[in-house]
Amino acid sequence: MIAFSPTEEQQMIVNTVKQFATDVMRKKYRDCDEAGEIPAEVVDAAWELGLVVSCIPEQLGGAGWEHSALTGTFLAEELAWGDLSMAMHILAPSLAILPIVEMGTEEQKNKYLPLVCGEKFKPATAAYIEPRYNFDANELGTVATGKGGYTLKGAKCYVPLAADASYILVYAREGADNQCFIVDKGAKGLEIGEREKNMGIKALATYELALKDCKVPAENRLGGAKGCNFNRLSSLSRLALSSMAVGVGRAAFEFSRDYAKERYAFGEPIASRQAIAFMLADMAMEVDAARLLGWEAAWKLDKKEDATRESCLAKTYADGMVMMVTDYGVQVMGGHGYIRDNPVELWFRNGRGFSTFTGMAIV
Amino acid sequence: MIDFEISPEDNTKVEEAHNIAQNLFRPVSRYYDEHEHEEPQELIDTMWDMRGKGFLTGLGVTGALMVEELCWGDAGLYLASPGPGLGGAAVFAAGTKEQWGRFLARYNEGKPKWGAMAMTEPGCGSDTAAIQATAVRDGDDWVLNGDKIFVTMGHRALDLSEGIIVVWASIDKSAGRAGMKSFVVEAGTPGMRVEKLEKKLGIKASDTATVIFENCRIPFNNILGKAEVKSKTEGFKGAMATFDVTRPLVAAQALGVTRAALDMLKDELDKQGIKIHYDVPRSKQTAIERDFMEMEANWRAAHLLVLRAMWQLQSGTPNALEASMAKAKAGRAATLITQRAVELMGPLGYSRKLLLEKFMRDAKINDIFEGTGQINTLVVARRVLNYTREQLK
Repeated sequence: MIAFSPTEEQQMIVNTVKQFATDVMRKKYRDCDEAGEIPAEVVDAAWELGLVVSCIPEQLGGAGWEHSALTGTFLAEELAWGDLSMAMHILAPSLAILPIVEMGTEEQKNKYLPLVCGEKFKPATAAYIEPRYNFDANELGTVATGKGGYTLKGAKCYVPLAADASYILVYAREGADNQCFIVDKGAKGLEIGEREKNMGIKALATYELALKDCKVPAENRLGGAKGCNFNRLSSLSRLALSSMAVGVGRAAFEFSRDYAKERYAFGEPIASRQAIAFMLADMAMEVDAARLLGWEAAWKLDKKEDATRESCLAKTYADGMVMMVTDYGVQVMGGHGYIRDNPVELWFRNGRGFSTFTGMAIV
Repeated sequence: MIDFEISPEDNTKVEEAHNIAQNLFRPVSRYYDEHEHEEPQELIDTMWDMRGKGFLTGLGVTGALMVEELCWGDAGLYLASPGPGLGGAAVFAAGTKEQWGRFLARYNEGKPKWGAMAMTEPGCGSDTAAIQATAVRDGDDWVLNGDKIFVTMGHRALDLSEGIIVVWASIDKSAGRAGMKSFVVEAGTPGMRVEKLEKKLGIKASDTATVIFENCRIPFNNILGKAEVKSKTEGFKGAMATFDVTRPLVAAQALGVTRAALDMLKDELDKQGIKIHYDVPRSKQTAIERDFMEMEANWRAAHLLVLRAMWQLQSGTPNALEASMAKAKAGRAATLITQRAVELMGPLGYSRKLLLEKFMRDAKINDIFEGTGQINTLVVARRVLNYTREQLK
């Protein structure tokens, strides 16, 4: 039956993460953006919430919860509301964990999942997007060849935490299909480039990768002979990113709303003028609209159904929404919105990224 | 929980609505667009029979989905279909159980009947505080006076059937909005007459009437809500509950017309061998793919906002904010998407050979009636800001 209320468990996760976002992330995000790094204590504090490893079986070090894309959307929205760079950093190991939990062979699970479990945050990541105009995940430029062992050739970019990751899931074209290969840290032919410098998400460490005849053992093909369901992973990723866009949009909306009530012009709050109030109403509506599209896609993914169309609609809508809403956020503040003392310019820069971000998060 | 599954039972109802839209509405859609004010008698009788068998008698998520299907068929013919309409929704939202029985039972028996709601006047539309119509207490009666325009289904409710009309009037002009109340007037009540039928841009199969009240006397207990004027805001609140029902309902109508345009566009693209590739980067999509995807996402977003508002309504959660969001979004989406569809289809879109141009004309009303897009945006703004109407005009 059609219904729109999160379960008690989902609400509990939202409350926990929102508290963390308010108490920890929102206190540090500006400094992190300026410094270009996220202090370990923030990441470790997030780690203690146990969000990322919850879907790993207990005997391998996780909590053994059943994975839910819908719960993931809540998590991603709340973390991104706190800060997008931190959210992507904290969730980066999921880029490796989720595909292995859902599609990995027993050997892959046994070998790779325990590596990211433990007391402290241990980075793992995935390399999806490639550094070229017109990047199309259906036609990956990174290619895997060979039998009984693979050779990877190509280039990747926007790989979160690549320099410190104990392993990286690399997406590559193998014949007519896209497949995924687990590449160990220090593998021969894997070259991790300089840290990237971007307009936004400045606190998140992302890297270019070069795969120069990088050798990968046969058993590291995700899912073994069966391979992976690339389409599902892409859908889960689109969902994660659209949920994050909702979180960033909501942050901008809430801040602008509060500011507009406090800022006086012509003797009254600027929010009491329709020119401003209607922008705020549109922001509220569009954030909600984008969130519901994500929920529908997540619901379908949790039923293990194909959600290509739904996740694409959610992503394209959220990409547009977050740009509009964060732009309005700057506009409502006028000159003050342009100053780095205020957060809206940061959300605006991060918001612009979503139409570029592909495969950089998964829930 | 969060769920988008339609139960098999509800799905049967939605499919039934679609079949009616496809087989009963569509074949005569153009005819009644071009023969305004002509009665689609056969359709009326069939829809009344269906109603007698329980078709579309409940409000809620499933009801909204059915309304969407029927308006996918023809928005004007949906409105022309007999039933309690907006008048019924007002009684349902603000009336007592006794009033439900007295005013709504007729819609399940006898000959076809319609219901209507009268708010707009020649001198005021959205500004309901400026309503000039009055209701004066006289012993056990109210005496109504005033002119109402743009009454959807006023003619059929009052002239062609023994229906009801819900009329908004002031019981105390000095109290402003707090004095505004709604009253039920039954067809045939002396002192009430239908004066004029409007000629419209679209939804021509529905009638839009002027209704005049001259010393129209109705029983005291025909008032919806309390008869006393309370604090500035409280008095109006009961009446506003009507909108919590009617706004998502009208938004559902908008969704139906919009999807009709999208489906027709999609069919035409299919015929030309054009496929929509959802999962390729925007830079690789053709202009038509980008447009279509944006239109579809916009429609779907509005669809989900409407379902949410309806779900709140049926689960007893306050939904005034979400109802206005749904209406503002759906009205705007309907306007933009149908206009774009006409543009994209070129000569096929503009031609009266196909129904697309009609969809565009029919869609436009959804951003106007039951609160214009601007009024609903204003409601959303006040709610998110927690502002009164004095703080945000």
